[in-house]
Amino acid sequence: MSADETEESEQDRTPSDRVDVCVVGAGPAGGLVAHRLADRGHDVVVLEAGPRFDPADRLERMERAIRPIHGDDEVWEMSGPRDEFTTPGELFYPLNVARVKGVGGSTLHWQGMVMRLHESDFERRSRDGVADDWPIAYGDLRPYYAEAESALGVAGASDNPFAPPREEPHPLPAFEPSHSDSLFAEACERVGVTTHAVPNARNSEPYDDRSACVGYGTCKPVCPSGAKYTAESHVEKAEEAGARVLDRVPVQRLEHDSAGERVEAAVYATSDGEEHRQEARAFALACGGVENPRLLLLSESEQYPDGLANSSGLVGRHFMEHLFAGMGGTLERRTRQNHVGFITSESHQFYDDPGAGAEGTESSVPPSDDDLGPLKLEFLNYAGPSPVETALSAETWGDDLLPQLREGYGNHVAMGALVGQLPRAENRITLDPETTDDHGNPVPAIYWRIDDRTKRTLARANEIQRTILESLGVDIEWTVGPDNTGPAYHHMGTTRMGTDPESSVVDPQLRTHDLSNLWIPSSSAFVTSGAMNPTLTIAALALRVADDLDSRL
Amino acid sequence: MELTRRDALAALTGTVVAGSAGALTWDRLDENGESSERPTGETLTALAEAVYPSAVENVGEFVETYVVGRASERPEYERGVAETAALVEAYAVDWFDAPVPELAREERDQLLRQLGTQTADPDPDGTDAERVRYYIVNELQYALYTSPTGGELVGIDNPQGHGGGTESYRRGPER
Ligand SMILES: Cc1cc2nc3c(=O)[nH]c(=O)nc-3n(C[C@H](O)[C@H](O)[C@H](O)COP(=O)(O)OP(=O)(O)OC[C@H]3O[C@@H](n4cnc5c(N)ncnc54)[C@H](O)[C@@H]3O)c2cc1C
Ligand code: SF4
Repeated sequence: MSADETEESEQDRTPSDRVDVCVVGAGPAGGLVAHRLADRGHDVVVLEAGPRFDPADRLERMERAIRPIHGDDEVWEMSGPRDEFTTPGELFYPLNVARVKGVGGSTLHWQGMVMRLHESDFERRSRDGVADDWPIAYGDLRPYYAEAESALGVAGASDNPFAPPREEPHPLPAFEPSHSDSLFAEACERVGVTTHAVPNARNSEPYDDRSACVGYGTCKPVCPSGAKYTAESHVEKAEEAGARVLDRVPVQRLEHDSAGERVEAAVYATSDGEEHRQEARAFALACGGVENPRLLLLSESEQYPDGLANSSGLVGRHFMEHLFAGMGGTLERRTRQNHVGFITSESHQFYDDPGAGAEGTESSVPPSDDDLGPLKLEFLNYAGPSPVETALSAETWGDDLLPQLREGYGNHVAMGALVGQLPRAENRITLDPETTDDHGNPVPAIYWRIDDRTKRTLARANEIQRTILESLGVDIEWTVGPDNTGPAYHHMGTTRMGTDPESSVVDPQLRTHDLSNLWIPSSSAFVTSGAMNPTLTIAALALRVADDLDSRL
Repeated sequence: MELTRRDALAALTGTVVAGSAGALTWDRLDENGESSERPTGETLTALAEAVYPSAVENVGEFVETYVVGRASERPEYERGVAETAALVEAYAVDWFDAPVPELAREERDQLLRQLGTQTADPDPDGTDAERVRYYIVNELQYALYTSPTGGELVGIDNPQGHGGGTESYRRGPER
């Protein structure tokens, strides 16, 4: 069932005549740009490095996710020479579990939590004196956030007192809170923490020709029912509107005109080793936060010896992630975990003011005057082992196993948190000439470390988590904090946005300063990371880019 | 706890099977199996009785529906499971002088342990023990514990891998 083993379709992969727009990458950013532009009558070609995964195989992929023989990267076949990378930086970065290549991009694997950034995220320098302000404000993205929520089909409620202002309700009703959410809500009240619904790009009722969630519980890395949004949906819509989509055609480099002012063609490879040139009036680079800078660096030329669109020297720099903080344990009551694979309650109370204290009916969260970044708290619905996974790796079976399964399941709870990282120039994606991919191109090298402010914020998240879990009476068994944290797989910051060509790669419309017909709709344009999952903002930016392009074509 | 045909179909997660459910009997599999003198179904059912907790009833029909349902969809799997069943049969005759279905439940359990299956990593292309772990023990465990009845046995009415809707996660334990 490997997508590589399935017969590669006899699709014609020769280039189209010069089109209006060539979109590189078929994740959510590329899918949304392609759909909107094709829908407005423009001639669009999408070039995607990975395969088109057959929806009929989803149940088998779900089984791969559950059965222990398969690693995390195998569900979507992320391995081998195509996906090589190196991590010479201080921390190892697990790139191939942090992305997917194929039509749909990383949304094939993603969890599907989608929230708007806060107004404060656009003003980090003005408010906290760190990092930089974005050249756009929340208000500029606000209408696009609403459009993105409709496009992705977000199930959400307007019960979040900490969320930025919104005019319209979410397109789908929120998922009801879980049983364990209700336990948490009581404990949170006792310590003064408010909980609210999570906006999910997951159908709570049928939407956009996709079914409602049926509770397979394996959302990440695969939803067999189609209830979880994947960008396959917009890629298909783009095709219905007339776009041409080529899969398995990794773009090798972008070529510019003799003046170095416009991109002329995307040069892509096909599996027979041929190279082809797709020409277009405009280009949208939508390969995600790691491959966007890599492709620009691979496209070096005489005019751009340090990489295309890299007059600033900043392509690949300011790589940011969200870091995870978590804590969990057991209760002396049934908590009913692992029925679904997504989260239904969280708290953004400490987002804008992470050091603020809280006063509850019985106890309190102590305030902190540390210098901290934004954080958000999550209440998990999949704490503790899943019985089927335990059974599959157990060293026994039959009547010996059953009591172990019963003992191991039923009493777990856990909390998570995301913390944003400051943009730092030394955290970066470069090329590693020592290692090459299946086409002989240098692979991405990831230099990554975590700064002290981020570590302090992780410790603060742990402090709040401990207060809540103790109030709930949890016997705390594990903690993920500053010293053993890991990334949330959100790649940001590597082609940052700004008004000054010296200190940014793209302008506020996400057009590169150097090349007048190259746009980069992506989290790679984020100036700061916030602590909210990035994809709704990526989608909003992509729709805004599509409008801008539409008006210029 | 009685396993039902519905459980087996649920564990199969209803792929094609819904349409062809009537035909999911061992003869469909044995017609194609060339590798063994003993029908694969008899071996698998007998082993399932050892791998499943004794509280589980109606193992035969459950395993038949599940395994045949899978096999009829995937020729590679069908070959793998038939060959692995034949391999276990050969060990049974070597070590216990009798085919698997004629062994006592404890002997079947012992046979699997003697093979080293408890600690073997599941691998369809691995050693004998690894293949038995993959094609027989884990295959049967996956079928049982992603089905509603298997989940219920442990205390989760909508186990991972089963599309049991979005109501159970909201219910308290008392219901
Ligand atoms: C496990 C996991 C969980 C996540 N959970 C969440 C979540 O809950 N909420 C959230 O907001 N975000 C989440 N994310 C992040 C989210 O998936 C990404 O933010 C989003 O998919 C990025 O969209 P994109 O279109 O910019 O890039 P991608 O989705 O990465 O798509 C880029 C596409 O470009 C293609 N490409 C790359 N290079 C080339 C080339 N040279 N030529 C042609 N094509 C190329 C790739 O194959 C890929 O298909 C998660 C990610 C992971 C991995
Ligand atoms: S729980 Fe997740 S995997 Fe299951 S149907 Fe719902 S969205 Fe899909």
